[in-house]
Amino acid sequence: MSKPYLSLEQIDMVFSRGGASTQVLNQVSLDVDKGEFISIIGHSGCGKSTLLNIVAGLTEATRGVVLLEGVVVDAPGPDRAVVFQNHSLLPWLTVYENVKLAVDKVFSGTKSRVERHEWTMRNLELVQMVHAKDKRPSEVSGGMKQRVGIARALAMEPKVLLLDEPFGALDALTRAHLQDQVMQIHAELANTVLMITHDVDEAVLLSDRIVMMTNGPSAKIGEVLDVPLVRPRRRIELASDATYIRCRSAVLKFLYERHRLVEAA
Amino acid sequence: MIASPVRMNPQKQPHTQAKVVTLSTPRSSVARRPFPQWLSALAGHILPPLVTLAFLLVLWEVICSSPTASVPSPSRVVSETWELIVHPFYVGQGVDQGLFWHILASLKRVALGYCLAAIAGIALGALVGQSDWAMRGLDPIFQVLRTVPPLAWLPLSLAAFKDGNPSAIFVIFITAIWPIIINTAVGIRNIPQDYRNVARVLRLNQFEYFTKIMIPAAAPYIFTGLRIGIGLSWLAIVAAEMLIGGVGIGFFIWDAWNSSRMSDIILALIYVGMVGYLLDRAIASIAKVVTRNTLSA
Repeated sequence: MSKPYLSLEQIDMVFSRGGASTQVLNQVSLDVDKGEFISIIGHSGCGKSTLLNIVAGLTEATRGVVLLEGVVVDAPGPDRAVVFQNHSLLPWLTVYENVKLAVDKVFSGTKSRVERHEWTMRNLELVQMVHAKDKRPSEVSGGMKQRVGIARALAMEPKVLLLDEPFGALDALTRAHLQDQVMQIHAELANTVLMITHDVDEAVLLSDRIVMMTNGPSAKIGEVLDVPLVRPRRRIELASDATYIRCRSAVLKFLYERHRLVEAA
Repeated sequence: MIASPVRMNPQKQPHTQAKVVTLSTPRSSVARRPFPQWLSALAGHILPPLVTLAFLLVLWEVICSSPTASVPSPSRVVSETWELIVHPFYVGQGVDQGLFWHILASLKRVALGYCLAAIAGIALGALVGQSDWAMRGLDPIFQVLRTVPPLAWLPLSLAAFKDGNPSAIFVIFITAIWPIIINTAVGIRNIPQDYRNVARVLRLNQFEYFTKIMIPAAAPYIFTGLRIGIGLSWLAIVAAEMLIGGVGIGFFIWDAWNSSRMSDIILALIYVGMVGYLLDRAIASIAKVVTRNTLSA
């Protein structure tokens, strides 16, 4: 049996405030292969962002470990680059400088000055943001900011790319456009991606596997669904594809039924 | 549609017709206006204060026009201080100097004390903003010390430095430092968690975090502190110089009072006010340039 690329083992997360403590995550275990695109879907408050933060190393799990290539993850690092929900670009830096900051830090010892510039430009090209490279984040649209956020994360050449509801704050058209771009980048670079989402279509369209979380508190993995759709995937053709419809309804059923369970409880 | 009601009752309501005519000709009136647009906009900003000033001067002149008035009227101030006004760069013996040199001496003290306060204030503010323990340990002390009036420090500093000049500089320092510390600390506490997360993912070290995230993110707050600080410094220097003597605008005022030169005092007050205003504007413009990009994305 070969070791998984990224593995989450028996993750428990308990938040304590004063005397009260809430268990957010309960025995979450997941193995991810190299190059896999995994979506984690669940209702609000099910702890999926907490789970992502644990993988990122930004939050420490109460119990359990995250292993990346067999090494325990206990601190944040550029090998697990995060695309934050609200882009988190530094407003006093230009688009170029935001990406360059990451490139300079990660490749300070391994790439020359010219190479770092070229690598920054290469990643801006990947998200088609070269034209706005000298603009400040406040001067570009929400979709563009998120693209720069993706470029910054990709530029770190992460082992795992972590996307925290990356398109949640965008309108439907921009979201579709960015989803296509992410698919294209994934096809090109074959990154391992862990994405948090609450959008069923997005999950089915992008993922190899969909991890469905039960409702919190004490959320756990309810089901893992394989999405055996061939790549490249085209959203228009998929709309009438039988597999796509089956996967989509499986996720919807899960979310709907779990939701009902909570209401009954 | 618009023209029809006018045409319907031209005899009954001639005013309505007149109104329509004025509305329909703004373009030609702009073209024919003798002044360009920016000039009239400028006049709109400059005229009101000038009018107010003229009114106040006239009022002052009227109130203080009697020969027995204890405060001189504006015309008397100008005639009595004419020598000072036209010879700001006069160099004499001891404290007998032109007003420019008095103000320069005061500004030098402020510059030194204020710069020290800015450096120490930002550093201490960063410490208090970053560390909970530093906050708990230092904040109560800061909160007590900052309420001490600037001049109350003067005897102590005179005892410590045994000289007027460093004591005055110390008073400036201790006056300006509190708002700088407190605002810097608040600015750093308010850095969004997102920026901290970015720094953590990138594994920025302490120095990189300080220069690349902390200072730019907290810059608007820091400049608020710096601006309050410069205002307080200028307030304090005049008072401190009254007590320590030597060349300086504060001592000039005190000296004038001792010689009952009321007009000199009034002129000095006007200069003090204008310099204080310019100092505030200077810091505000630097802040504007430095923090123009720091507004949230």
